[in-house]
Amino acid sequence: MGESLVSLRDLQVRFNGVPALRGVDLDLAKGEAVGLVGESGSGKSVTWLSALGLLPNTAVTTGSVRLGNTELLDAPAATLDDVRGGRIAMIFQDPASALNPVQRVGRQVVEALRLHRGMDGAQAWAEARRLFELVGIPDAGRRLEVYPHEMSGGQNQRVMIAMALAGQPELLVADEPTTALDATIQAQILDLLRRLQQETGMALVLISHDLGVVADMCSRVAVMYAGRIVEQAPTDLLFAHPAHPYTQGLLGALPDMVGPKRRLAAIPGSVPEPWNLPQGCAFAPRCEHADEACLEMPAFVDIEDGHIAACVHATARVRELA
Amino acid sequence: MLRYLALRLARAALTIVLVVTFAFVVLRLSGDPALIIMSPEAPEEAIQAFRHAWGLDQPIWIQYIDYFTAIAQGDLGVSFRDGRPALQLVAERIPATLILTIPALLLKICVGIPAGIHAALHRNSTTDRLVMAAAVAGFTVPSFVLGLLLVLLFAVQLGWLPSGGQESWRSMILPVITLGFGGAGVLARFTRSAMLEVLGQPYIRTALAKGVPWHRVVRGHALPNAAIPTVTVVGFMVGSLIAGAVVVESVFSWPGVGRLLVVSVSNRDLAVVQCILLLVASTMVVSNLIVDLLYGVLDPRLRAGASGGH
Repeated sequence: MGESLVSLRDLQVRFNGVPALRGVDLDLAKGEAVGLVGESGSGKSVTWLSALGLLPNTAVTTGSVRLGNTELLDAPAATLDDVRGGRIAMIFQDPASALNPVQRVGRQVVEALRLHRGMDGAQAWAEARRLFELVGIPDAGRRLEVYPHEMSGGQNQRVMIAMALAGQPELLVADEPTTALDATIQAQILDLLRRLQQETGMALVLISHDLGVVADMCSRVAVMYAGRIVEQAPTDLLFAHPAHPYTQGLLGALPDMVGPKRRLAAIPGSVPEPWNLPQGCAFAPRCEHADEACLEMPAFVDIEDGHIAACVHATARVRELA
Repeated sequence: MLRYLALRLARAALTIVLVVTFAFVVLRLSGDPALIIMSPEAPEEAIQAFRHAWGLDQPIWIQYIDYFTAIAQGDLGVSFRDGRPALQLVAERIPATLILTIPALLLKICVGIPAGIHAALHRNSTTDRLVMAAAVAGFTVPSFVLGLLLVLLFAVQLGWLPSGGQESWRSMILPVITLGFGGAGVLARFTRSAMLEVLGQPYIRTALAKGVPWHRVVRGHALPNAAIPTVTVVGFMVGSLIAGAVVVESVFSWPGVGRLLVVSVSNRDLAVVQCILLLVASTMVVSNLIVDLLYGVLDPRLRAGASGGH
């Protein structure tokens, strides 16, 4: 792994006492693309919203979020304002509602340029136009002047990306950036993100419930379940030897691109409610391998190089499958 | 845009016609002005002569047509009581009313909106609860009760301010506060809920995520969006500048349009009542029209709808 950029340690979040994150450890190197996968409610978005201090006041966050030498948890507002958009930018699921409806899109990009690059007036507008061209908005000069409702969802997401790039961030967190978009537009936006990541050298966290999307874009994947990371590995290793039964279940639910047709395997049961979590491993009630050992909270087991899984039976089973 | 405006103007005119028609019919069904003005003991010939002189012996639909023909020529009728043109009588009273209602409107805006914003930004804090308690009190206590309480306290007990009349600027203080308090409460509540709604929107999170400091998020992103529903309420308040003080003017014996309305209704001074109602309907309609146009300025989404001719 290269030089460390962000490290999360034992990150925990509670909303009115109900746990949403239950101790997340994650490291990110400069320029790296990491996928964060899991069902809705597993804590993917909360992880990054809490890291940037964007959760409402009802959330209580503990642990540590380090960006270089800066601790972000409980950092002063001015520090966070500099980091947000300046060093870590974030884009969201529904671009139509993520842009201010009463402000021209150009102005929203220019605002970021003013804040993080000290640009003003004509210079800022010229740079906004360059960013619009960079993210592939046709007729960029004129498009700066329109309002979000006058653009399509895909175009709005491009505006969001342009706005995120405005501060020349070291990390872009893309929170389900294509979920609300049409399939054809999804591919375009993902291509754009991949190209921009390569060109700018920024790190990328891609939050998705779609393993396929993540496999395509990221060199490393972390799988989340019920507020914890349950498995983490380089993408090829995760797909080759999934060690956690939940990951295996997720992969089993993906259709094969080659080979004979088969029934897709669904994971039995459903995600536990956060206020009613089972003792020990949260996945145990849905797991066919579960036994008494699973009543203890499982520690991470090293499977192979850079591949860890939080399952007491992981090593044994990977050996079995190999 | 022009078509939209024409359509809105036509609707505004129709609203005024309906209000005036309604008032015309109800007033004529609710008692014979001849009997009230002349007293029931007056000789039959005198009453007949009065009815004839004012056209009250005509069928109601002829009176109605005559009335509208006269309005179209700018003639709003003559007061039964002192024979002067109704419009002139009413116009003389307007300044006295506005001198109360305009400061009261400013009070509502300058107190209600900041209080609502503050409450929203400090949701569930002690100030929030205090502001909301005051707001609820403001619009649940009827203005005559509040007016009388203020008179009791500041005029009778403390003797600081006059209890009524129109002697100096000091006479204005109690009626303006009475008028403004309730409206400030309404505005505070509206502004608070509009702000809370807007602060929960994803674009506020976007603004924070790009590093906009909180105070600039509030001013630059939240307030312009929250202004849209708030403007509606302010528009209603502007619309009631002329007729909003009926009760308060009576409590403080203030010689404005409201008092004239009360007196004219009890006297069945039809021309004056109709003139006031026409005026009230017109200000209401005009302020609603302005609000509609303001929506277009504040919200680009509605602007597109307007130019599309919806």
